[in-house]
Amino acid sequence: MIIEVRLFATLRENRQKVLQMDLIEGSTTEEVLSKLNIAPAEVAILLINGRDGLIDTPLKDNDVLSIFPPVGGG
Amino acid sequence: MGGYTGKIIRVDLTNKSFKIEALDLNLAKQYIGGRGLAERYYINEVDAKIDALSPENKLIFVTGPLSGTPTPTGGRYMVVTKSPLTGTIACSNSGGRWGAELKLAGYDMIIIEGKAEAPVYININDDEISIKDASHLWGKVTSEVTKELNAELGDKVKVATIGPAGEKLSKIAAVMNDIDRAAGRSGVGAVMGSKNLKAITVRGTGKVAISNPEKLKEVVSSCNKKIRENGVTGQGLPTYGTAVLVNIINENGVFPANNWQQSTFDGAEATSGETLAEKYLVKRTGCYGCPIACGRHCKVDDLEAGGPEYETIWGFGADCGVSDLGAVIKANYWCNEMGLDTISAATTIAAAMELYQKGYIKQEDVDGVPLEFGNADAVLEWTKRMGTRQGLGDKLAEGSYRLCEGYGVPEFSMSVKKQELPAYDPRGIQGQGLAYATSNRGGCHVRAYLISPEILGLPEKLDRFSLEGKATWVKIFQDFTAAIDSSGLCLFTSFAMGAQDYADIYNAVCGTELTGDTFIEAGERIWNMEKVYNLESGIKPEEDTLPSRILNEAIGDGPSKGSSVRLDVLLPEYYEVRGWDTRGIPSEDKLVSLGIK
Repeated sequence: MIIEVRLFATLRENRQKVLQMDLIEGSTTEEVLSKLNIAPAEVAILLINGRDGLIDTPLKDNDVLSIFPPVGGG
Repeated sequence: MGGYTGKIIRVDLTNKSFKIEALDLNLAKQYIGGRGLAERYYINEVDAKIDALSPENKLIFVTGPLSGTPTPTGGRYMVVTKSPLTGTIACSNSGGRWGAELKLAGYDMIIIEGKAEAPVYININDDEISIKDASHLWGKVTSEVTKELNAELGDKVKVATIGPAGEKLSKIAAVMNDIDRAAGRSGVGAVMGSKNLKAITVRGTGKVAISNPEKLKEVVSSCNKKIRENGVTGQGLPTYGTAVLVNIINENGVFPANNWQQSTFDGAEATSGETLAEKYLVKRTGCYGCPIACGRHCKVDDLEAGGPEYETIWGFGADCGVSDLGAVIKANYWCNEMGLDTISAATTIAAAMELYQKGYIKQEDVDGVPLEFGNADAVLEWTKRMGTRQGLGDKLAEGSYRLCEGYGVPEFSMSVKKQELPAYDPRGIQGQGLAYATSNRGGCHVRAYLISPEILGLPEKLDRFSLEGKATWVKIFQDFTAAIDSSGLCLFTSFAMGAQDYADIYNAVCGTELTGDTFIEAGERIWNMEKVYNLESGIKPEEDTLPSRILNEAIGDGPSKGSSVRLDVLLPEYYEVRGWDTRGIPSEDKLVSLGIK
């Protein structure tokens, strides 16, 4: 299955902003992070198709994964 | 008692005189300082029914007990008055260095009364105070005023001034200080203009007394550590500024575009904090005593200027359909020069664009600059015309509600209590919707920033679509924020600090024995006082609501598509949690228990 991964803020350092990943069925965000060499502790906000996601939620074909480090403002 | 200088300057502009008064320390203990204390003074002294732009209105510049002290972010000041935009109590909060300077000059607040016959400015140099002619400054933009006053009085003098917008009584005019910091919201700059008061200059060389310096060192060290180690205050804000929110709010599908006709924006990445850092950022800047330094200094073409903040980028960007970040930086600069609130100015232009799109504003009205969504030239030109009330800019200067009402379609104004909403669509963030509807100064995100738990996960992650517990969260955030504002610290510290941290700092500075709970209770006292004032000033209970587009239409695009706001459920719960009646009127018992009556 193909998923789109969008990285933001400091997670873009030495990585692409957006990438397509070909994963085996049932893969989770945890495996995506591992492939990208991102420690789970660096992730503050995880969205799957714009909704709050969990690191162990199985992903589906065409899912969009948005990953943010701690950010804030206002 | 440390923290407070114990002195107030009371200026009578009508008679060009002033006197020094002692601060009422009993009131200070109940209302902390800043927002709470100045509002208490204001409400005690001014009839709630007066016209905000009449000489009967008073204008208060106030610091908090922690302003000017060696505490993290201790540089805030607030402008308190009745708002000409909303008719509510107004408290507009600003950073920079001006607030700390006033404190170091020896004053907790300045209460300004009456109206000068001709333009004046107030000059404060420690204990020398004078009211001076400002006719040579009238009509000038804020950076020019600041440069001229610095040339006249010395580089170390800090300047707070209005621009042409405040002089021309624009209901969305700001008070600017230190060139690019703003007491932006609720039209406080118009009240200053109505008094023929162009600027207040301050030079202070004193120190603020600290009750327990050793204890203060200890608690400041602990709080600075929390700020440094927190991901938001130690990393996100310093690296990207507030603009880092553009992508996250858009990815959640709650990033309003084209005057809230959409909830996602194709130009988000092009106008993001990441793009700002990559293409335009020159340097980071920090306010007085700030370990975070979220301020930006950016360069585009031959312009180098402060800002822009997230809300401004959203307003001139997505809400006007503009994906040219350079144009946004320029529009922000012109808001600062004109002395306009960037949120209200940008979103009023967005409302005008919808009026133009739907044929209410005609081709012949726009004087060669079509108000089309996406037109970067239009946001620049109309910001200038709004500031000087040129042509149709005269109507825009009244804010979006009065503009749209004039065309018979007030529903195009995305505002609460006539003040424009900021950059988060509450249909996909239930707690934030309740916070908007019940804000005591109308449409506003910093009266209760529910984005923090509902989107950012701080202090814990809440489901943004759920209603459960949200009424209580909103109450706590409103009360806590009111207390932080009153202390003189920046609200951004609350990403890292808890109520007990503020109480510890306050106690070390002032020699008191507050707890985290009594600190928040002071905030509740302030919130209830504000609500009672608003009701007395003529705000109707049913104005605790949201624009009809938000109430009646679900989000139509993006990841939050189909979600709608549930104010019908949340509002009654909120009133109950507040101890108010079903119409949202504070009960006698509640007011007595808080010591308000």
